[in-house]
Amino acid sequence: MTDLLEVRDLTVHFDTEAGLVEAVDGVTFNVRSGEILGVVGESGSGKSVTALALLRLIRPPGRIVQGAVRFEGTDLVGLSEDEMRAVRGTRIAMVFQSPRTALNPVLTVGRQISRLFELHQGASRAEGRTRTIGMLKLVGISEPERRARQYAHQLSGGMCQRVMIAMALATSPRLLLADEPTTGLDVSIAAQILELLRDLGRRTGASILLITHDLGVVAEVCDRVAVMHAGQIVEVGAVRAIFARPLHPYTQALVRSIPRIDRDVTMEPIPGMVPSLLAPPPGCRYADRCPRVLDVCRRDRPAPRAAAPDQEVACHAAEVEDAPARG
Amino acid sequence: MGFGRYVLQRLLLVIPTLFGVTLIAFTLTYLLPGNPALVKAGALATPEHVAEIERRMGLDRPVPVQYWRYVTGLLRGDLGESSSTGRPVLEDFRQRIPATLELTLASLIVAVAIGIPFGVLSAVHRDTVLDHLSRLLGVGGVAMPSFWTGLLLLYVFFYLLGVAPAPLGRIAADVTPPTRILGLYVVDALLTANGTALVSSLHHLMLPALTLGFAVMAPLTRMVRATMLEILESDYVTAAWAAGLPRRRVIYGDALRNALIPVITLLGVIFGFLMAGNVVVEMVFAWPGLGHYAVTSLMTKDPGPIQSFVLFVAVMYVLVNLGVDLLYGLADPRIRLR
Repeated sequence: MTDLLEVRDLTVHFDTEAGLVEAVDGVTFNVRSGEILGVVGESGSGKSVTALALLRLIRPPGRIVQGAVRFEGTDLVGLSEDEMRAVRGTRIAMVFQSPRTALNPVLTVGRQISRLFELHQGASRAEGRTRTIGMLKLVGISEPERRARQYAHQLSGGMCQRVMIAMALATSPRLLLADEPTTGLDVSIAAQILELLRDLGRRTGASILLITHDLGVVAEVCDRVAVMHAGQIVEVGAVRAIFARPLHPYTQALVRSIPRIDRDVTMEPIPGMVPSLLAPPPGCRYADRCPRVLDVCRRDRPAPRAAAPDQEVACHAAEVEDAPARG
Repeated sequence: MGFGRYVLQRLLLVIPTLFGVTLIAFTLTYLLPGNPALVKAGALATPEHVAEIERRMGLDRPVPVQYWRYVTGLLRGDLGESSSTGRPVLEDFRQRIPATLELTLASLIVAVAIGIPFGVLSAVHRDTVLDHLSRLLGVGGVAMPSFWTGLLLLYVFFYLLGVAPAPLGRIAADVTPPTRILGLYVVDALLTANGTALVSSLHHLMLPALTLGFAVMAPLTRMVRATMLEILESDYVTAAWAAGLPRRRVIYGDALRNALIPVITLLGVIFGFLMAGNVVVEMVFAWPGLGHYAVTSLMTKDPGPIQSFVLFVAVMYVLVNLGVDLLYGLADPRIRLR
């Protein structure tokens, strides 16, 4: 599989009154064509900021300090605002965390989809409407004609998220950024939405970057996963490999913190909190929470190392058999 | 469906409100010091003559009866008589309301045309020179008393530059006012295709409208700025950017449309304030409106006009609030389609 998206050393800072917040720090990962990459981490670990940075939607006081976002061969960071706008919505689309607030309250949901057809594909108003009905049907909304004329506040949360997905997929993007798409939904509805995303991803061939704090969701739908902690990616790899043999102490802790009913193990919460990203100390940002911390951890930031054919870890203490360090 | 009920509800609520308003208007003048019969009779009248007038005016009857006669009179369109003009108050009002309404609408247009774009620009270019400039202008508008702004504008545009007419009413003395349709000179002149009257009335309207518009612009700008700042951070605006919508469309379509909903309320308040409160500016520009009339009536303790002015202002606020509620319903589907 080839890489659709190649993120190299992406760094986002927020220049706040309290000081410089290093929200995303040298993040590097790939999204391959047609795959679902999960990005998992606690709240405040920089997942959403990373997604917004990919679309260049970081607003002041935040800014992309350095790094490259190579998408279909072009570096998005170097594009002009107009060129970037042509990418948004058409090549890369996004589904947001709280569907109800992500839909404009004074426009009918149908209008919010149909205008994208008009804008991006030059469709006529009537054509846009027809295709909107088609999209609503595709995402499993019954009575699409009636629903298209309704407003967000008239729809259920699950229905709103289906509308958001229809909106995101309307102009067949190659990459879909889904930021916690199931937050606030009932468990059964959440499962349906995930199923829908996976199914549509397969059918359209679009890759999906799925942001979540829920490893269960990752296990369910993702092909690979990137684990984020305090603005850095600590481990990337195939879901199967990472669940079978998590190498980073943080990943290990995350896996242990999943509640299980099939085995008699107690759930272990991770000690400590995500460290402040306000002028973080050099070295590994997990050091203060890590049970296996070494001296070197507080001095040098660990570089990602290949651990297995499809697994990379950024940890001084992880046991990696004679794999060469990668810069 | 739901909207019809909503409208009906609002309309029904108007009835008790209006009842309360008449009660207050009546009580106010009843409590006002001075005996209107005495004013009417003149200083040299004999006590018998005053008593006779009191009897004719119904002032010797019990208060509830007086109130009843007042309300039934109102229903017949009888607002009483003005002792200073000697004409029915209704007549005087009919003459003066259009002048005030015209000035109010023109000021509102000025305030909206300047205030809203400035609010949007302030929010979009937050903390830049433009933002500071617009806020300074807003503070200036609030801080400068409108008689002062009016005089300043007159000094510059009438006295120094000579591009504005003398502050003597709504239209030049040598121009016949347009045939009355609504009583708004500009509108009537347009409707009757009367070019001369149109130019002259616009010319006379210019400075007072600018003065009042400037005075009420600031809260508008501030509110638009604050709501826009909030809305520009909202999820649906981020979603609109993420969908690749053009900048203008996101700001003026998605964001501003939502930001204008709370502004409707403010516009209602400003409208009411202008209708009732532009006394000073009417004085400065010798504008023959209601404010002018109310002040003159207060000076002469003329109960009919005062009572009616209070009633008028109150009724107008009731209607403005009704209008605001209905506009809200139209602008916000969350109210229309509950």
